[in-house]
Amino acid sequence: MVDQLLNISAIIILLAVLLSMYRFLKGPTTFDRIASFDTMTISMIGLIGIITYLTERMIYIDVAIVYGLLSFLGVIIISKYKEKSL
Amino acid sequence: METLKLIGAIIVLLGSIFLFLGALGLVRMPDLFNRIQAGTKASTLGTMLTLLGIILLNPDWTGKLVILILFVLITNPISSHVLARAAHFRKIKLSDKTIIDQLADDGVEEKDDINNSKE
Amino acid sequence: MKIKSFFIITIVLFSVWVLLNNSYEPVLLIIGAAVSILIALIFCTKCSVFSQIKLSPKSLFYSIAYLFVFMIELIKSNLDVAIRVISPKLPINPGIVKVKTVLNTELGRMILANSITLTPGTLSVDIRDEYIYVHWINVEGKDIETATNSIVKKFEKYLKEIYG
Repeated sequence: MVDQLLNISAIIILLAVLLSMYRFLKGPTTFDRIASFDTMTISMIGLIGIITYLTERMIYIDVAIVYGLLSFLGVIIISKYKEKSL
Repeated sequence: METLKLIGAIIVLLGSIFLFLGALGLVRMPDLFNRIQAGTKASTLGTMLTLLGIILLNPDWTGKLVILILFVLITNPISSHVLARAAHFRKIKLSDKTIIDQLADDGVEEKDDINNSKE
Repeated sequence: MKIKSFFIITIVLFSVWVLLNNSYEPVLLIIGAAVSILIALIFCTKCSVFSQIKLSPKSLFYSIAYLFVFMIELIKSNLDVAIRVISPKLPINPGIVKVKTVLNTELGRMILANSITLTPGTLSVDIRDEYIYVHWINVEGKDIETATNSIVKKFEKYLKEIYG
């Protein structure tokens, strides 16, 4: 029961990532792409959490922490770059 | 113990539904600022609920997951704020439904532009 | 004033270390404490970021109350956005309005702007001195007083006690 619910959640999160990917490919401006990248990575952190429980490997939580750090840094740096367009 | 795991799985499901709604808002909203609103808020609560459910499922991992939840809660508003500020500075077009833009009316950003170009 | 900032940095670093390691062996605790104090000594002998926090039982009580208010607002905001996204007509009425805050310290204003971003239908875009420009998904009033009353007032009451 628990495993089935978790599988359903993983599929829903994958659908969310696909929707963000649609906006990422279509988005008229660069800022739309950055916003969809932000949403996509934050959703992926939740997905990594579910995968951690399903595979019983604690190391994936460290992967999620580093992934979140990198996505935050990426969004900040690209936004500041676009703001003053160096 | 089994009921606790079931509650955790239901919380994970709830969080994933919030994440899905956030991505749906990202696709449906008409302009950039509304997209940021839908994307940021729903994904913050969605990720927090998902990780909270994992804590209930396996309490041994509480420490690292709590760090991850606090990290998401602190950094997500900051990144959306930086993005919105940069987008408004670069004069991204707002949607036709917008009724007021006080920031452009006050004209504080143009002053910044002039000051920067002097340096 | 510097010593308070030093203590807060040390405590934050040490609690992150304990949470990451997830064990209470004395060797690990001693190493963590030593490294936290060393990092705080190197990087934070002159910094004054946290010197604006008031440390007292009253402010601690208000912090916990603020956390509860914030969580309730966060859940309300998500339900609000979710309903707007699902409904087929997309009922939005967006605009950028200006609000005024009474908080004086920089840290207090930062926390306030972050809270505004995570609450129903609002996103802080820019901050100039005591004015915050807010993107509002459903504008109820265009002038400063109406916007200030409905966006900022519910947090300021708590934040004023914590940060002054």
